[in-house]
Amino acid sequence: MTATATRPAPTQPTWNPLSLWYSDGWTTTKRNLIKIKRTPDMLVFAVIQPIMFVLLFSQVYAGAIAVQGTDYVQFLMAGIFAQTVVFGSTFSGAAMAQDLKDGIIDRFRSLPMSSSAVLIGRTNGDLVLNTISMIIMMCTGFLVGWRVNSSMGEFFAGVGLLLLFSYAFSWVMALLGMSVRSPEVINNASFIILFPITFISNAFVPIETLPDPLRIFAELNPVSALVQAARELFGNEGSAPVPDVWTLQNPVATVLIGVVVLLVVFVPLCIRKFAQISSR
Amino acid sequence: MTIIEASGLTKTYKSKTGPVHALAGLDLTVPRGTVKAILGPNGAGKTTVVKILTTLIRPDAGTAIVDGINVLDDPKAVRSIIGVSGQYAAVDENLTGFENLEMVGRLYHLGGAASRRRAQELIDLFELTAAGNRPVKGFSGGMRRRIDLAGALVFNPKILFLDEPTTGLDPRSRMALWGVINKLVDDGTTVLLTTQYLEEADQLADSIAVIDDGRVIAEGTSDELKAQIGGHRVVIALVDAADGAAAREVLARYGAGEPQVSSDGRGVDVAVTDGPPALQHVLADLRSAGIELHDAGMRRPTLDDVFLKLTGHKADKAATDNEDEKMEKVK
Repeated sequence: MTATATRPAPTQPTWNPLSLWYSDGWTTTKRNLIKIKRTPDMLVFAVIQPIMFVLLFSQVYAGAIAVQGTDYVQFLMAGIFAQTVVFGSTFSGAAMAQDLKDGIIDRFRSLPMSSSAVLIGRTNGDLVLNTISMIIMMCTGFLVGWRVNSSMGEFFAGVGLLLLFSYAFSWVMALLGMSVRSPEVINNASFIILFPITFISNAFVPIETLPDPLRIFAELNPVSALVQAARELFGNEGSAPVPDVWTLQNPVATVLIGVVVLLVVFVPLCIRKFAQISSR
Repeated sequence: MTIIEASGLTKTYKSKTGPVHALAGLDLTVPRGTVKAILGPNGAGKTTVVKILTTLIRPDAGTAIVDGINVLDDPKAVRSIIGVSGQYAAVDENLTGFENLEMVGRLYHLGGAASRRRAQELIDLFELTAAGNRPVKGFSGGMRRRIDLAGALVFNPKILFLDEPTTGLDPRSRMALWGVINKLVDDGTTVLLTTQYLEEADQLADSIAVIDDGRVIAEGTSDELKAQIGGHRVVIALVDAADGAAAREVLARYGAGEPQVSSDGRGVDVAVTDGPPALQHVLADLRSAGIELHDAGMRRPTLDDVFLKLTGHKADKAATDNEDEKMEKVK
C-alpha cells in the first residue's frame, strides 16, 4: 500500500455553500457527540449535578423559604432548570480553550472548511448535553413532587425557551474560552459571570426580599426573565405579584429578544476571533 | 516553476520584555515539485513562516504567494490545496485514530465513503492498524504524531507543509515517514519542511534555507552548504587539557578552518575537506608529539557547525527564547 493508492477527489464541485456549511457543521457536531460519549466526567457533571441541586434545594430550603400561592418545590424547579442550562454553557468555553491548547484548532483552520463549523459543532454539543440534563432534572423533579400545571404546548415552549437561551449563551462562553485560552482559567472565569447572574435572580428566592441594588439587578437580569417565563409556561408561578418591570411582565418576549441580541452580537465576534486564533 | 514565493515577511510578537521579531524580512522561494527544508534552531522563526504560508497567522508586512494564490487575499483557496502537520500533534484525544482521519477527510469534502477508505489506508500505511480503533487519548507521543502526519496526507495535497515532522518519532517511524515523503515527491507533490537537523534536511531536501533571527542567512543544496563548512570534522579528546594548545596547532595544520576547543579544554575539533587522510595525519602528528588521547574520530557537520560558521554563534543560543514562548505571548 502506498501513500497515493487512491487519489481522493477534490472538493465536490456540485456542493453549494449551504450544503458545505451543513455538512461541516454536522461533521464537527458528531465529533462533540463522540466526546460526550467518551468523557464520563462530563456526563457525570451533566447528570449528577442537576440531581444534586434538585434534591438539595428542594429538601434543604423548602421549609425555610415561603412562596405565596404555591409550595417551594413548584417555585424552585424553573430556577434550577435555568441555572443548570446556563452553567452548561461553560462546556463550550472550556472545550474551545482545550482545543486551542491541544493544537487541533490549527488543524481545523488549515482545512478548507466553513469558518463557523467548529463553533457550530461545539454549541450543538452543549445543546445535546443540556437536553440530557433537562430530562434528568425533570424526572428528579417529578420524584420530589414537581408538577406541570399547563398545556402540553406551553410545557414544550418552556423547554424550548430554556434550551434556546442556553444555546445563545454557549456562544458567549465560546468567545470567553478563545480569549482566555486556558481550560483551567476558563472554569474560574466563567463562574465569576455565572454565579451573579444565576444567584442574583428570581431562580431560588422571590426577589422582593432582596436589598434594593440587588433587587434592581435581579429585575433586569435576563436569567430572571428566563426563570419567570419557564415558571409561567409550566404553570408554577403561584399567586405572588410579578414585579412591575417590563422584562418580568413580558418574560417570553424578553428572553426571545435576549437570545436574538446574544446571537447577533456573539456569533460574528466568535467567528472573527476564530479566524485569528492559532495554538501556541 | 515557482510554487511558493514569499518576500519581505515580517512578524513581531509583543512580550513582557519588549517586541520579539520572529521574522525580520524573510524571503523564500520553492520550485514546484521539490523539497525545501528550512533549517534553523529554536526561535529562528521556522514555525512562524509555516503558519503564515498555511494561513494560520497573518504577517505584519510582506507577501506570500502559494500556487499563484495570495494567502492574505484568499486563504480558503490556499487551504484546499495544502496539507499541514504542525509541530504539535493536532488530533482530537477523544476520537480514535480512524475517526480523526475520517473527520479530516469529510472536512476536505471528500464524502463519507472516500474519507473512510482513505483513513484506513493511512492507518495501515503508518502502521497503526492495531491501535487505529482506540481513542487517541491512550496513544504514545509517536503514535499521535503519526496520526497528525496522516491528517496532512488525507487529501493528496499539491503542497505539503511539515513543521519538524520527525520530532518525537522513533527511528523506524522516521524512516517510514521519509519513505512516504519521497513517494509523494515522485508523484509531483511539493514539500516544505522545517527541521533542526542537518541530517534530515540532507536526506530529504533538494535545497535548504538556513534561517536565524527571522532571516535566511544561507541557501543552497546540502552539498553547497557543507562545502562552506567542510565535509567532515575531525574530533579528538585529550587526556590532559594542558596539551590543548599543541593539539590545536596540529589540527590547524590539516583543517579547513579554525579549530574549536571545548570549554573544558579537552575536546578539540576542526572542519576538514577530506576526512580520512586528514584524520590519519592528525593521529600521526599527535603521536609523534607525544600527546595522549581518550578518543579520536570523524563526524559529519551538525547544525551547530553550520551556525557557528555562518553566524559566529551557536545554534542553541536561542534555546531559552524558543518559539513556543513567543507564541504564548501573542494576545
